[in-house]
Amino acid sequence: MKAIVTVMLKPGVLDPQGRAIGHALAGLGFDGIGEVRAGKVIELELAESDPAQARLRAEEMARRLLANTVIESFRVNLEG
Amino acid sequence: MRAGIVVFPGINRERDMAIALARSTGRQPRMIWHAETDLAGLDLVVLPGGFSHGDYLRCGAMAARSPVMAAVRAHAERGGYVLGVCNGFQILTEAGLLPGALLRNASLRFLAMDCHLRVERSDTAFTCRYQRGQVFRAPMAHGDGNYFADPETLDRLEGEGLVAFRYATPSGEPTAEANRNGSARSIAGVLSPDLRTLGVMPHPEDMVDPLLGGEDGKPLFDALAELAA
Repeated sequence: MKAIVTVMLKPGVLDPQGRAIGHALAGLGFDGIGEVRAGKVIELELAESDPAQARLRAEEMARRLLANTVIESFRVNLEG
Repeated sequence: MRAGIVVFPGINRERDMAIALARSTGRQPRMIWHAETDLAGLDLVVLPGGFSHGDYLRCGAMAARSPVMAAVRAHAERGGYVLGVCNGFQILTEAGLLPGALLRNASLRFLAMDCHLRVERSDTAFTCRYQRGQVFRAPMAHGDGNYFADPETLDRLEGEGLVAFRYATPSGEPTAEANRNGSARSIAGVLSPDLRTLGVMPHPEDMVDPLLGGEDGKPLFDALAELAA
């Protein structure tokens, strides 16, 4: 089973990278863009086949390493 | 005073730190590989600057979870001194030994230049050779030095006097221009509540010899040399 962990800076934490992406998109002529936020996606191949267990394990990994919950939030999606 | 310097893979300022410590203390610090777990006999453990584990995931994230860090935590809990500089500061926040986090510089630029630090308190083991309000020069070299903490944490740090240094002008004003990485409230250095752990983003260890352009950082190491002498 694959767990996909998406890590984003929390609302209110300055994301200069997202802002730079937004500026670059505006420079390419894309208009109507509001705030742009950049994050990370981490795909985990897990031996676990039970979705509930897989989710618990991925969330534990996110809390302990993949995300810094002082500044980041995360969500886990399962595939397969 | 017996000091040890933790060497993580990808660290590159450990020898600068060793020179600064040896110069002030008169003895060579012990170099501690990140897989070691025995810190017995050390008064001070230093986490130096560099790019541990290539800054993968987040700066300091991997290093903060390496075997030596449980020993560093135990050392801090039994009243030992801990100094983290640059990547070492990032590692201390990632390990939860200091609050907050170091974000990407607000300008997105890697900053390699001198800055000026204002000493916010001079009654700590790290800063007692400076005067409160004194400004000293230190080089900085980082891409992720933008100190962040939530407003409640920042208020607590200020209220409890745990801000060690702020970015300032040479005359001591903490202006926005002097705060090049965008740190919250111009914070450049943070202390633990027991004042025995210090994290600082710029590099006082690289300003301890006239050949390096000055000795502004030397008082910090002279102060540490007096620990349990």
